[in-house]
Amino acid sequence: MKEFKYTEKKDTRSGFGAGLLELGRTNENVVALCADLTGSLKMDAFEKEFPERFFQVGIAEANMMGLAAGMTIGGKIPFTGTFANFSTGRVYDQIRQSIAYSGKNVKICASHAGLTLGEDGATHQILEDVGMMKMLPHMTVINPCDFNQTKAATIAIAEHEGPVYLRFGRPAVPNFTPADQKFEIGKAVMLNEGTDVTILATGHLVWKAIEAGHKLAEKGINAEIINIHTIKPLDDEAILASVGKTKCVVTAEEHQLNGGLGDSVAQLLGRNLPTPLEMIGVNDSFGESGTPDQLMEKYGLSTDNIVAAAERVISRK
Amino acid sequence: MNPHNKSIEELKEIAAQVRRDIVRMVHAVNSGHPGGSLGCTDYFVSLYFRVMNYKPSPFNMDGEGEDLFFLSNGHISPVWYSVLARAGFFEVKELATFRKINSRLQGHPATEEGLEGIRVASGSLGQGLSVAVGAAQTKKLNKDNNLVYVLMGDGELGEGQVWEAAMYAAHNKVDNLIATVDRNYQQIDGGTEEVLSLGDLRAKFEAFGWHVLEADGNNFELLLPALEDAKRATGNGKPVMILMDTEMGFGVDFMMGSHKWHGVAPNDEQLEIALQQLAVQQASDY
Repeated sequence: MKEFKYTEKKDTRSGFGAGLLELGRTNENVVALCADLTGSLKMDAFEKEFPERFFQVGIAEANMMGLAAGMTIGGKIPFTGTFANFSTGRVYDQIRQSIAYSGKNVKICASHAGLTLGEDGATHQILEDVGMMKMLPHMTVINPCDFNQTKAATIAIAEHEGPVYLRFGRPAVPNFTPADQKFEIGKAVMLNEGTDVTILATGHLVWKAIEAGHKLAEKGINAEIINIHTIKPLDDEAILASVGKTKCVVTAEEHQLNGGLGDSVAQLLGRNLPTPLEMIGVNDSFGESGTPDQLMEKYGLSTDNIVAAAERVISRK
Repeated sequence: MNPHNKSIEELKEIAAQVRRDIVRMVHAVNSGHPGGSLGCTDYFVSLYFRVMNYKPSPFNMDGEGEDLFFLSNGHISPVWYSVLARAGFFEVKELATFRKINSRLQGHPATEEGLEGIRVASGSLGQGLSVAVGAAQTKKLNKDNNLVYVLMGDGELGEGQVWEAAMYAAHNKVDNLIATVDRNYQQIDGGTEEVLSLGDLRAKFEAFGWHVLEADGNNFELLLPALEDAKRATGNGKPVMILMDTEMGFGVDFMMGSHKWHGVAPNDEQLEIALQQLAVQQASDY
């Protein structure tokens, strides 16, 4: 099992803030909108340096999505920022009609996704956002794994013509991917080549998949670990190639099982390569208040859960 | 500069033609929304044949150097499609495809099929004002001095997003925007004041920080000066609102003033009566 080193833990939302600031300096068409969460979204540096291109919308997310759609007319590239809950569920119809169906070049940037939002509880811990967004035609859905990758993804989506949902989170997590990486939308990243089981992870679960890989190696199991940062479009080719080799697969994500990465992988395999599959995710329940670690443990999204799922799926081969 | 710049007499003829298009379109597919379409015909004809600065062809989605128009109450698509075709965005014969399979003229306006003249989808109500405000802010960023127009229905003002956008536009001094409310006092289930009373809209929008004008939407002699007044009111630090009185179904006597013709198509006999009332000029009909 390959070693992955990191020097510090950083939050993915700060990766977004850093990427947005860099975009401000390199692309004059980039504009940013925020619904009263500038500090939480780490958009304050952009606001300070580019006040004329920053739009404080107030607590009015529906209006924010419509404004963003309108701003594209005339060539701007709007990045909207608020919590993932208010970026999706609250404004689904606005995104559907004014952005996705209208083919508008809006980047919906969503922080505090999933259980790791922590103590605020289930009202804010959206676990359905990927499902809602991936169902929309024309929408690209991206969930990067660490600070560096979130920064790279933020920069990359400005070059992509069309609506994008970029999901990231609140907690500090190991920052292990290269600072100079080139982010390729729709291209899975091979982290560790293995032969016994494929682990497909996204977002915060990528590091846990790496930890699980080490624990599996101690048991003599050689796991292939792939970072699926883009859930739509899914990298079918990379997944089928890996699963064709290992003959079993585990998916891991901080999202409902319904509608998430595992659901997309199950569809892909069901149609092309029926294979034993285990899915790590939240199983049809809401979250609750607690620390991020406590919540990931309680809802079955821990490193040990991935290890157990891998052993289970190998036994089903 | 308006590409047509028609006289009032010519506008009246065009409006009659557009109204004939509307009743024929909804009759042909036995669906669609004639009432609001007929009521707003004079407004659309005024904008596209006299007031707005634009180029119909080639259509430019970004609309730089042009005035932009957004329709928030997308269900009155028949009037917009007819006016766009008659103004030169696409061929008039394409009106015959309205609401049919494989058409670019969807039941509600859309960009998906690439219909010239449409810049955002609408139909789910309450979204157009936000889009128009965003487009107006981009015009300011681009130092483009042209204006953004948006039409909303009055029943649509029940949607909270409209008031979010109204608050935002005033706060941010979006003064290159002329919004219009089609004040016909009708919505699907009945009168607007019965379903969910809108009350004093002038006072409401003024309280939100808008410059408010009122206009008669079914009389060119009054409507055109009101639209010119609205233009003159732009650039003064406030978004501009026209509360435009119209009569649902205007021009067809049995459709006038009733919410019952919001979304119902005329039958064969009713179509004939409507066309007679609208002074049929067969040669120009599609």
